[in-house]
Amino acid sequence: MRASDLALLNAERAARRAVVLVTDLESGAQRVVPAASAPADPLSDLITQRVRLGKSGIVQDNGRDYFLTVQAPPVRLLVIGAVHISQALAPVARLADLDVIIIDPRTAFATPERFPDTTVLAEWPDDVLPGLKLDPYTALALLTHDPKIDDPALIAALRAECFYIGALGSRKTHAKRLDRMREHGFHDADLARIHAPIGLDIGAVSPAEIAVSVLAEIIGALRKKPLRAEVEKAA
Amino acid sequence: MLASDDDILLQAQAWKEAGRSVAIATVIETWGSAPRPVGSHLVIDGDGLFLGSVSGGCVEGDVVTEAMDVIEVGGSRTLEFGVADETAWRAGLSCGGRIKVYVERLD
Repeated sequence: MRASDLALLNAERAARRAVVLVTDLESGAQRVVPAASAPADPLSDLITQRVRLGKSGIVQDNGRDYFLTVQAPPVRLLVIGAVHISQALAPVARLADLDVIIIDPRTAFATPERFPDTTVLAEWPDDVLPGLKLDPYTALALLTHDPKIDDPALIAALRAECFYIGALGSRKTHAKRLDRMREHGFHDADLARIHAPIGLDIGAVSPAEIAVSVLAEIIGALRKKPLRAEVEKAA
Repeated sequence: MLASDDDILLQAQAWKEAGRSVAIATVIETWGSAPRPVGSHLVIDGDGLFLGSVSGGCVEGDVVTEAMDVIEVGGSRTLEFGVADETAWRAGLSCGGRIKVYVERLD
């Protein structure tokens, strides 16, 4: 491997951009393909598919074997609300390799004691979200029930590319939320990105059960949907 | 602690920039119950120091030896390990899996 290729791989990762190293296993020839440049690469479809899965592996093209080293950024979960569900969600999300950040301006909630080993920001979402870059590898869960705190985060998320937006609240609460978002100029296509009521419908009752259903929905959004879309495209 | 394979590649870059000779080993294929997933890295320097893992410690010794040779002569090579392999007596995977490891010099 060329040292310049390795430096490019590491730089792309540091910038939270997906990147692939293509190695021809016969000749040893290599090239670095940032995900944004994948469409122009001869192996574009194979690279795009691997980036979505976030998995390295051998692929075949025209009878040749290539190894694709896929570097996808670590998936991040921003939780708005240092509430009871968040206390259960933070550890289970970490188990699934998500980087968890809890955001809540209420200093009585956002304490390190309530969230051991977790990054907790006792700030308003509109103050900290611009610096956190809501990219395609970021999920956002709104859990406060308080429009003053949730809404600014939701507006930022809808304007960004995050792969998952979930919002806690009954259907009635959500209907009101959608009305407020329409007043902010969002259209139904934007609002369809919001998972609400949050979490897979597994009949979750306790905060821990709700946390599991939220995590499952996030994993589904990360892994499953692109694949389903591909199936539909092929059909 | 260097938890992820990506951190290990950062370390490889740091070693190279510090003037050390470096080889990178990557798990490119696994069969059965392989201990480390495809894409796992082991980074080796010219003195045989290494970081990361390509197995649960079963074959690292052999990979390091091959890597030091690659550092000498350059190029790349693919190694295969498994219980059914003839090298099993010296470096096999007790878990019963098989792995292929690609070793290359960082130039």
